[in-house]
Amino acid sequence: MLAELFSLFYQFADVFAFLILASAGLAIVFGMMGVINMAHGEFIMCGAYVTVGLVNLGVPLPLAQIAAAIVAGLIGVLVEVFIVRKFYRRPLDSLLATWGLSLIVTQGMLLVVGSAIRGIGTPEGSFAVGDYTFSTYRMVLFACAVAVLFGIYLLFMRTRFGVIARATMQNAGMAQALGARTGRIYAVSFGIGAGLAGLCGALYAPTMTLIPTMGATFIVESFVTVVVGGANVLLGTAPAAMFLALVRMALNASYGQIIGQIGMLFAVIVIIRILPEGLSSILARRGR
Amino acid sequence: MLNLINGPQTTGNGRGFWLAFLAVLAVALAYPAFADSYDVGNFSYFLIWIFMALGLSLIWGYGGMLSFGQTFFFGIAGYSYGVLAIIMGGGSTTILALVLSVLIAALAAVVLGYFMIWGRISGMFFGIVTLAATLSLAFFLGQTAGPEWQIGGARLNGFNGMKGMDPLAVGDFYIEGTPFYYVMVALILVVYLALRMLVNSSVGNVIVAIREDPQRAEMLGYDVRKYQLVTFAVGSGLAGLSGALYTSWGQFITPSSIGLPAAAMPIVWVAFSGRSDLTATLVGSFLLLFGFQTITIYSQQAALVLMGALLLATVMVMPQGFIFGIAQAVSGRLRRAPAPSEPDAVRLQADGS
Repeated sequence: MLAELFSLFYQFADVFAFLILASAGLAIVFGMMGVINMAHGEFIMCGAYVTVGLVNLGVPLPLAQIAAAIVAGLIGVLVEVFIVRKFYRRPLDSLLATWGLSLIVTQGMLLVVGSAIRGIGTPEGSFAVGDYTFSTYRMVLFACAVAVLFGIYLLFMRTRFGVIARATMQNAGMAQALGARTGRIYAVSFGIGAGLAGLCGALYAPTMTLIPTMGATFIVESFVTVVVGGANVLLGTAPAAMFLALVRMALNASYGQIIGQIGMLFAVIVIIRILPEGLSSILARRGR
Repeated sequence: MLNLINGPQTTGNGRGFWLAFLAVLAVALAYPAFADSYDVGNFSYFLIWIFMALGLSLIWGYGGMLSFGQTFFFGIAGYSYGVLAIIMGGGSTTILALVLSVLIAALAAVVLGYFMIWGRISGMFFGIVTLAATLSLAFFLGQTAGPEWQIGGARLNGFNGMKGMDPLAVGDFYIEGTPFYYVMVALILVVYLALRMLVNSSVGNVIVAIREDPQRAEMLGYDVRKYQLVTFAVGSGLAGLSGALYTSWGQFITPSSIGLPAAAMPIVWVAFSGRSDLTATLVGSFLLLFGFQTITIYSQQAALVLMGALLLATVMVMPQGFIFGIAQAVSGRLRRAPAPSEPDAVRLQADGS
């Protein structure tokens, strides 16, 4: 009995971690700047490639993963300064610009690196509950997802940067008038978003085949989590991921992965009909 | 009715434009007489995609809905044509298969559009929900390799692609090569002129008014949602027409014509050309398709990198579109004399939202 329950939790945790890690970076960028970063998948890919590259050079996996997140974050800052910054007044065009960037990067990588490079295996290790054995690394991923959520909470609710960032999110003009350097806040936020995307790639790098187009496997999940979460990222993303993970876990268990994904999409389409503002709109109303 | 071909929502309303239009049409009609049949076949291949581009121009440029789902409907109709052509058994029924598959795509657009438009999804979320649906369809079709994935004997075949359907035919006569080319030219002519009439009609003016300001249009008494749904269904149905014709042309379709990077292509064509004008979209998309195909022979990746760079350059340098911008500049210089020329003054700008 306990084993069955744990098995259910394990499946939930697996999907939940994937949704949170895939969408956290996208959600922060959207929440702060109102921009959907279409190159989000490419930052994930970047994180994965840097991780594998460093591990193949002999760097221990956890260090390589942290370094990969930092590299992706720094590239994110550059992308913000040179491209995204020009589009805050035209958010729809930012979608196109980042999509153009995404095409350039994926296809450019295919040209330069080729289709697949030698990956690294999933760290071994498993544990048993009752008659079932589970992969330890999947639990590590879940722990990382929870840590990411907690970290975002601390950063935005408990630090000076967080206060200024939330002020900028609420009213950029007023924040600027009060002395906040909104330009720098935006650059840092975009960097954090890209860094979290890089972290996602870094964490999943050992579990999947590395190809330049791998970002595409993450973006559907990250899009739908952000859409269901709604405008208030701090409130919406975690419940959205929880809801979607439940839907997906139930469908995966009975019908398999692909129906799970399609069912999740249907759930999202129904949700936007009922709650166009996303889950955060109810939660925000409750809070008032 | 016919006088709607010219109006405030289209550029190129003068005598000079229509003379040039007839000249281009004459060249297009005479072309097969001077080219070998292989080139004519390739040429028809470019023309197949024009419908999808015109449909996106209608949805996005005129309707203000940023749809990333053109290849979703392309794929639905493409696969539907394949399945129907196999089930119904070739011959003249392929024409019926074509019509039905376009209707299926339009119906899918009505269903998806209902949830999005009635849920008041707009702007960026419209884009990413349509893209999420598109990528999910591509993933789904990618894993249909097994023999259990068949509809009435028509195997979907996963990533290897679906094949074995007949091309469009009338009785025993297959519409391929030069006849197919003429069918394409005729269809483009009909669709282009019909869309011009649509956007210049009172319905078209409401569609543009909604793009400019949905709230204002609603206050004026229009049910914004119905107009948006019709626009979305027509534009997506045109993507479906491209899809069905594509399957007929090559008797083959794979999920890769749905997923990335295929899904980005219509956006690149239409953004680069000038989304708020049908003629600019027609000309620009054709030029891009021609250029893309030429480079693809050497390296597909390089061609796609170029497409990405063009998209980036368009939004950074000329957000209203290069072909449209150039056309505006040229016609402005030609007329120069009595400042703002009438169509330009009436014309509403697409940007800013």
